[in-house]
Amino acid sequence: MSRVRIEAVVNGEPVEFLGGTRQSLLDALRDELQLTGTKEGCGTGDCGACSVIVDGRLVCSCLMLAPEADGRTVETIEGLAKNGVMHPLQQQFLEQAALQCGFCTPGFLVAAKALLDRNPDPTESEVRYWLAGNLCRCTGYDKIVRAVMDAAAQMRAAGGAR
Amino acid sequence: MNDATHAANATGLKVVGQRPIRPDGADKVTGRAVFGADVHLPGMLIGRVKRSPHAHARILRIDTSAARALPGVKAVVTSDDFPRVGSEALEQGEGSATLVDVADNCLARGKVLYAGHAVAAVAAVSSEIAERALDLITVEYEVLPHVIDVEAAMAPDAPLLNERLFTAGVTPRPTTPSNIAQKTVVARGDVAKGFAAAEVVHEGRYVTVPVHQGYIEPHACVAWAGADGQHQIWCSSQGHFAVRAMCAKVLGLELRDIRVYPAEIGGGFGGKTTVYLEPVALALSRQCGRPVRMVMSREEVFLASGPTSGGVVEVRLGAMKDGTIVAAEVTLKFQAGAFPGSPVGAGSMAALACYAIEHAVVTGYDVVCNRPKVAAYRAPGAPIAAFGVESAIDELAVILGMDPIDLRIRNAVKPGMKAVYGASFREIAFVETLQAIQAHPQYRAPLGPNQGRGVAAGFWFNIGGESSAAVHVDEDGGATVITSNPDIGGSRASMAMMAAETLGLPIERVRATIADTTAIGFSALTGGSRVTFATGMAVVQAAQRVVQDLKRRAALTWECEADQVEWRDGAAYCTDASKEVAPLSLRDLASRSARTGGPISAEVSLNAQGAGPGFGVHVCDVEVDPETGRTTVLRYTAAQDVGRAIHPAYVEGQLQGGVAQGIGWALNEEYVYDAKGVLQNPGFLDYRMPVASDLPMIDTILIESAPNPRHPYGAKGVGEVPIVPPLAAVANAVQRATGVRMRALPISPPRLLAALDGEG
Amino acid sequence: MARLLSAVDEVRAFTGTADVIDVQARTVGGLIAELERRFPGLGAHVQQRMAIAIDGEIHQDALAEPIGPDSEVVLIPRIGGG
Repeated sequence: MSRVRIEAVVNGEPVEFLGGTRQSLLDALRDELQLTGTKEGCGTGDCGACSVIVDGRLVCSCLMLAPEADGRTVETIEGLAKNGVMHPLQQQFLEQAALQCGFCTPGFLVAAKALLDRNPDPTESEVRYWLAGNLCRCTGYDKIVRAVMDAAAQMRAAGGAR
Repeated sequence: MNDATHAANATGLKVVGQRPIRPDGADKVTGRAVFGADVHLPGMLIGRVKRSPHAHARILRIDTSAARALPGVKAVVTSDDFPRVGSEALEQGEGSATLVDVADNCLARGKVLYAGHAVAAVAAVSSEIAERALDLITVEYEVLPHVIDVEAAMAPDAPLLNERLFTAGVTPRPTTPSNIAQKTVVARGDVAKGFAAAEVVHEGRYVTVPVHQGYIEPHACVAWAGADGQHQIWCSSQGHFAVRAMCAKVLGLELRDIRVYPAEIGGGFGGKTTVYLEPVALALSRQCGRPVRMVMSREEVFLASGPTSGGVVEVRLGAMKDGTIVAAEVTLKFQAGAFPGSPVGAGSMAALACYAIEHAVVTGYDVVCNRPKVAAYRAPGAPIAAFGVESAIDELAVILGMDPIDLRIRNAVKPGMKAVYGASFREIAFVETLQAIQAHPQYRAPLGPNQGRGVAAGFWFNIGGESSAAVHVDEDGGATVITSNPDIGGSRASMAMMAAETLGLPIERVRATIADTTAIGFSALTGGSRVTFATGMAVVQAAQRVVQDLKRRAALTWECEADQVEWRDGAAYCTDASKEVAPLSLRDLASRSARTGGPISAEVSLNAQGAGPGFGVHVCDVEVDPETGRTTVLRYTAAQDVGRAIHPAYVEGQLQGGVAQGIGWALNEEYVYDAKGVLQNPGFLDYRMPVASDLPMIDTILIESAPNPRHPYGAKGVGEVPIVPPLAAVANAVQRATGVRMRALPISPPRLLAALDGEG
Repeated sequence: MARLLSAVDEVRAFTGTADVIDVQARTVGGLIAELERRFPGLGAHVQQRMAIAIDGEIHQDALAEPIGPDSEVVLIPRIGGG
């Protein structure tokens, strides 16, 4: 597989790396940039564990080729906390025990952030349908949904999404 | 033995029962936690497995020469690279396996027994080259007829998986081989007499299909062989000591020559209590001396890692008109997959465990067929048996015109009663759990058209077993708890809490870690709902030893007798009135530990006995769309007899997670095979697990009226019971909503629609 | 004498009876030895493949666990979990 030079902005930092022409963005993030927080659960875009935000849009990084990220901004789980301060979503997930094994958690956090970026006041139903692309086998989703809604409320009270 | 009874009834607990943030939580929400596939080592190669395309075939020849010659390929293995091993039994959660079966499952020897069965593996410098190498391995097969369905596999003319398998548990011992590996019988009383006296008899046949544990993280490991024969493995598993033992035995190595590091694990539910990749990765690494990473694709997870059994459950109940069940006969036929070892034994014991039925017989059959070998799945065997029994009891309630909870209360086991499987119950709260559901607002919520309410109960034994734990006190007065049980559900939080409670420290001053196989004593697997109970017991005992040591050091410092020192709220107090001394805190004592005997730490290894059985009762409200056959769960409440909830939020999480799995099992999950025995839906698109939009909030009731006196804080195991009731709770709700009794799972839209149309 | 019983067929295959059996043993280890003596093969089978419930509490691999003079001892298959 031939490789091409890719320049992108990942979590606010400009990066440059070689990616394979048939390598997924997921594999490039994990293997070329050592950002292993984004996970592979299925490789076919069905589980959401590989969720990242590209140019403001939620995508499954296993369904995107690394070269497609050239010239774009990418946000991963590693960029959610800023300057060592956790995002309200991360804090709420911890406080409400919205994770057990934690494998799906990065995907959920990124997907939830993408939701709150465009809809700061979602209903429970809107949260559930937005997150329907993220599979969790441990929690039954109850505490995840509560954590997202409470984080949204917290962010609204603090004056808008980050 | 510690003062368990006192502690179990303890009030005034400061940490246990609260909901602190788990000490390992930040890593999980920031992506910093290291799972098996995140481990990266210098010079690491990628390993891949070549798998059988046939459901049943003899292996005539494997030619790996072209693969070995491909540049970039560093190692190739087949079963020739594994020594011949015996049939020693291995502990693997429920439905134990023999060593030779585990080894043959990792790399097929002589025969492939399911489509997806591993036949060879390669390690190469990139995944691309590894894939090309797999294509260069040629395998000649003699395809054989296959059998998948459990009753078809039991038929006398069924294709035989193993010519040397004779049904165990039958006297006289059969002389013709069979796919029936074992027959078991659990019985008491005289069922003929019981049925003769019954005023009402109900019979039903209930069928479930195999489902997968569905963990989101595929199996992953890295193995690194040492030139001196000392090897290392990093893996996600439910028991790294078990991984060490299985790798050593499969490869003919000594336990001390394999060091296993526990990576974080992304879900297990019993499915990661065995090995698939680890011995293969180690064999590849031994060939070339470099680290080898092996990760299953999702397709491979479905093709080749253990689902649970599908089964046929035949139930016959005899009752009096007042609802007393006087006789029960249950037959369970469970698929084991390619090798013997379905959980039919546990299923047989759990099937009627909730009820005080005087005359009962449960017969179980363990049947092999051309599917992946089953692995344990949360309360193995019990959900399948309970689907049959709890559906039958519901049908009986309809026949008798009784409220389904009242019928169960009438027959419920109580403390002091003997279970059908023989042991007597002691501290249980099944009746209270039933009453809690009956009293819950959901039980009276109004139901509209096409809506129905279903109730079901469930049981699991919970086990103790071997655990080790250490507690170290730091020089600045904090503490670290070290155990050897991988943390699947947040158990590090509970371990830290129990240590904090015992030491009298705030939870923020305690850390919990999981050590590799060289750094702490042995622990049996994480599963069986045993970690909070058994490993927690070891943690508390270690912390208690630390407290004794602290008291001794205080006595030394004050020059008083040891029995004149009290430990309270994290400090030593002198009870000798003649000495006017200020209390010594943990920090004070820790800072001068060198002068009072050296570092402060204790390690305890034990075999915890007396795990408490647990009971769950669930109520489920559904709405069925008569046009599409889709069932929507509107409301769900799960009540469970938990002993004491160390960290209530994680206990609630266990209930909610088990419920979600049970709902998926009831409504959508199944394996679809084609006529050649090849799996057609090895992916999450068509193997349909519940997503967030499928479920409502799941309400939980934690019953703590019967704490477990054997555990220092009264905990029973909680993780497995929650998956047992949902299958029947959903089916019973669908029956009330539609008038149609679905006796086969899953109750997927096409099936329900066909049944509705058949009725209409 | 402690009372030994079992609801599972696999034990009956050794003892030939479904009835309660009186046993002298005072510990689980002693019980296994006694069963092996009286019903050859049963002691080993119990040790490797079964759990023992003493007065309702389930024990596995617990040779030192005491059995009281009036205890009820029940043999059940080993239990694991998932």
